[in-house]
Amino acid sequence: MRNFEYAAADSEADALSLLADHPGETAILAGGTDLVSLLQKELVNPRRVVDISRVSELKAIEPTDDGGVRIGALATLEELLASPLAAEYPSLRDVASAIRAIQIQQYGTIGGDLCHLPNCWYFRKGYGLLGDSNGRALSEEGDNRYHAIFGNRGRAKFVSASRFAPSLIAWDASVRIAGPAAGEEAWLPLEQFFVTPKGDQQGVTRLAPGQLITHLELTPAAGRLSGAYEVLEMSGLDWPLAAAASTLEMEGGVVSRAKIVLGHVAPTPWVSHPAADVLRGQPITEATAELAGEAAVSEASPLKDNEYKVRLAKTAVKRSLLRAAGANV
Amino acid sequence: MVQGKDPGSGGVIFTRRNFLKGSGAAMAATAAVTQTAAQQPAAAATRVVSGAKEITLNVNGADHKVAVEPRTTLLEVLRDKLNLTGCKDLKDVYVDGADTVLVDGKATYAGVMLALQAEGKKIRTVESLRGDGQPDPVVTGFVKHDAMQCGFCTPGFVMAMRALLDKQPNPTLDEIREGLGGNICRCGTYDGITKCALELAKGGA
Repeated sequence: MRNFEYAAADSEADALSLLADHPGETAILAGGTDLVSLLQKELVNPRRVVDISRVSELKAIEPTDDGGVRIGALATLEELLASPLAAEYPSLRDVASAIRAIQIQQYGTIGGDLCHLPNCWYFRKGYGLLGDSNGRALSEEGDNRYHAIFGNRGRAKFVSASRFAPSLIAWDASVRIAGPAAGEEAWLPLEQFFVTPKGDQQGVTRLAPGQLITHLELTPAAGRLSGAYEVLEMSGLDWPLAAAASTLEMEGGVVSRAKIVLGHVAPTPWVSHPAADVLRGQPITEATAELAGEAAVSEASPLKDNEYKVRLAKTAVKRSLLRAAGANV
Repeated sequence: MVQGKDPGSGGVIFTRRNFLKGSGAAMAATAAVTQTAAQQPAAAATRVVSGAKEITLNVNGADHKVAVEPRTTLLEVLRDKLNLTGCKDLKDVYVDGADTVLVDGKATYAGVMLALQAEGKKIRTVESLRGDGQPDPVVTGFVKHDAMQCGFCTPGFVMAMRALLDKQPNPTLDEIREGLGGNICRCGTYDGITKCALELAKGGA
């Protein structure tokens, strides 16, 4: 590991000022589960690491004035699972309880999950997010069984790593971004937070140098139904092969509005409009959930080694809907 | 060192360098900035660690003074400086969880925590479970159920199980599997490990 400067922030303002000293040459440390391994492999080489793990104002899970919930970026998965406020949003619990490691539950944070860099093996071996080696696209020519089946016509073929983003986006969550100047803040729909890089120098989110995410906000659950399903290869510590989260507004037993978001199938969380359209005016049954799954994968464009993910994505959509409707799948 | 924008200076950057160059105007302005900084409880720059630093880590109930760099992990301190080799270095082997320790009562991977992050916290390693002739029930349970083979992953499993039982003294089989999912045993001693956890759950250890 190359050396770097370390500074522990004691407030959000303090963190922003520590980040501002070296614009673009900093990294933000919380639970460390992703960043420290990136540092060890020298995949990120910041001049300064700003440790925000002691910033107490970013830890709370609290109600908002309108009856929704505000989740601090430093809330751990264990705190999320234990929170009665988060219990109003069952799809979040579906995800949190699928991360089966007490170490990640107790130290991993929700903000760290959203900023987790892709697990693409070409990226993790030092070939960059686009997986290029001397002009050859490794993620296209090489083994790409774990790569994207949607949004993969550009150079980026990796899949977004966030476990929570699909559920949060299905709940129309917004994210608060602080900085880069002191006192500067912006609320952004989480759906717009993730980007697909077109060049080597671009990241996977809209975070600019000197900014950090501080909170997430969800509007009141208000009777909406939700469910999430991750297809995992192993029952222990593993990354999903495909995942989906659904949030449904129901009227008289039929869906009046659906938001269906897939994970680990595209360089960003993938909002499926075709699946939502199919469900409007329909009850949730085995048959309609199946149709929604089929609609979701109608726009898939698998690579040479990951045709199998199409079926997994379809099943994830179907099961997320059945879970939302209360089935134990 | 005081750096950055002075809010009252129209965006001019004052640094140590232009202070030392020393025009009268720059000196006056820098003095003003220094005064502002002095009113803050702790100027940010003084807390930036850029090289070796001596810190105190509380490990297994005792304070230890150790010299660390920002890049030093907690695992490196425990193994290389304090000779607590129960937690394992996983750089070249894939045995997730063999570096598990408790920091402020919560399980974490020592290999991905910076030593500086652990300053001021209570760190517990597997060595703390020896007791004085009275080992922790998790340790005796592992022995009783022969829940180890080569032993490399065992200290990490023991610590993860300790954390799990501290959080949920009476876990079900599913909860045990969920909680210990972050640990891998390449020899496949899971049967003994889950039996041990189930017995401790019934006994409320």
